[in-house]
Amino acid sequence: MNEPPAEEPTVDRTAERRLDGNAVTGALAELFAVDIVPADCTCAHCGRTGPLAQYDLYADSPALVLRCAGCTGVVLRYSSAGGRIRLDLSGARLLVIRLPEEP
Amino acid sequence: MARAALRRRLSWLSAPVLEIHRETARTSRIVLDPPAWPGHQPGQHLDVRLTAPDGYTAQRSYSIASAPEAPYVELIVDCLPDGEVSPHLTQELRPGDDLEIRGPFGGWFVWHAGLGGPLQLVGGGSGVVPFLAMLDHHRAAGSDVPVRLLYSARSLAEVIRREGLAELDGKVQVDLALTREAPPGWTGVTGRIDRAVLSRLTYPPEAEPQVFVCGPTGFVDAVASAMIGLGHPSKKIKTERFGATGGT
Repeated sequence: MNEPPAEEPTVDRTAERRLDGNAVTGALAELFAVDIVPADCTCAHCGRTGPLAQYDLYADSPALVLRCAGCTGVVLRYSSAGGRIRLDLSGARLLVIRLPEEP
Repeated sequence: MARAALRRRLSWLSAPVLEIHRETARTSRIVLDPPAWPGHQPGQHLDVRLTAPDGYTAQRSYSIASAPEAPYVELIVDCLPDGEVSPHLTQELRPGDDLEIRGPFGGWFVWHAGLGGPLQLVGGGSGVVPFLAMLDHHRAAGSDVPVRLLYSARSLAEVIRREGLAELDGKVQVDLALTREAPPGWTGVTGRIDRAVLSRLTYPPEAEPQVFVCGPTGFVDAVASAMIGLGHPSKKIKTERFGATGGT
């Protein structure tokens, strides 16, 4: 993982800003006791279900914004600033988190 | 959650920099010795935070280049002239300095020997970095899982860890694709990795490989959709696109 390349001036800058949901793991670890990035998330807008890791992440706005790869609807917004964490999960209808297997 | 408990989860570590090596003209390998490192899985990343004297901070995620079995934690950082963080890491940071990190993170884009295979890796530029950790782990663990790496770089000089890749044993097949400049007599792939190249140099869907794709966003988009087009189920394809995170 790295910063986006500065070359390729013809590319769509919005598309080029798009990352995978797995890059949000560090930020969400501030809050969640388990890693929810591999969790299956159902988009509240279109019903598509898949791991949060495969949602589109836009990391350069004031909040981290995860959008559905199917309908582009916002499923999660997260920010940590000014001594407050803000979490908006209104676009995520359901999160299914697999617990680690018992040893 | 109690504030103290929440604070603990936010914790950044101060990791001493042991060594910095020039890997290629554009990339540097940074060897870190983080205290009380909990260990990591191949493919995981960590976050790096730089703080300016005026308190301004910039944060980026970097894949870990070293295997869990390695004695230290290594990053390979691509220096982007317009970047906010990478020029500092590749040009100003010195052995003996401390680097603020947290992690490791990522339970998704990981592979270890217990997950089996075959394993198909497709990397563009410094997108090969998490695969170096996987390949080193594969060797250290004595894994019998067959592995193929298809690695796209601009030129031979920009191939990260070129000699190490050439030394890999028979269980691992490495193919290079050079997009800008190929030396005289080059018999490998030239130009961008497209569906025809993928069809020729990656495991077919019938082999049911676990596919990992890492690189710039455009590269990952093109490779992932071509692999789906070839018949690989999307749930077997894991992707990691480059870029800045946080930006605070």
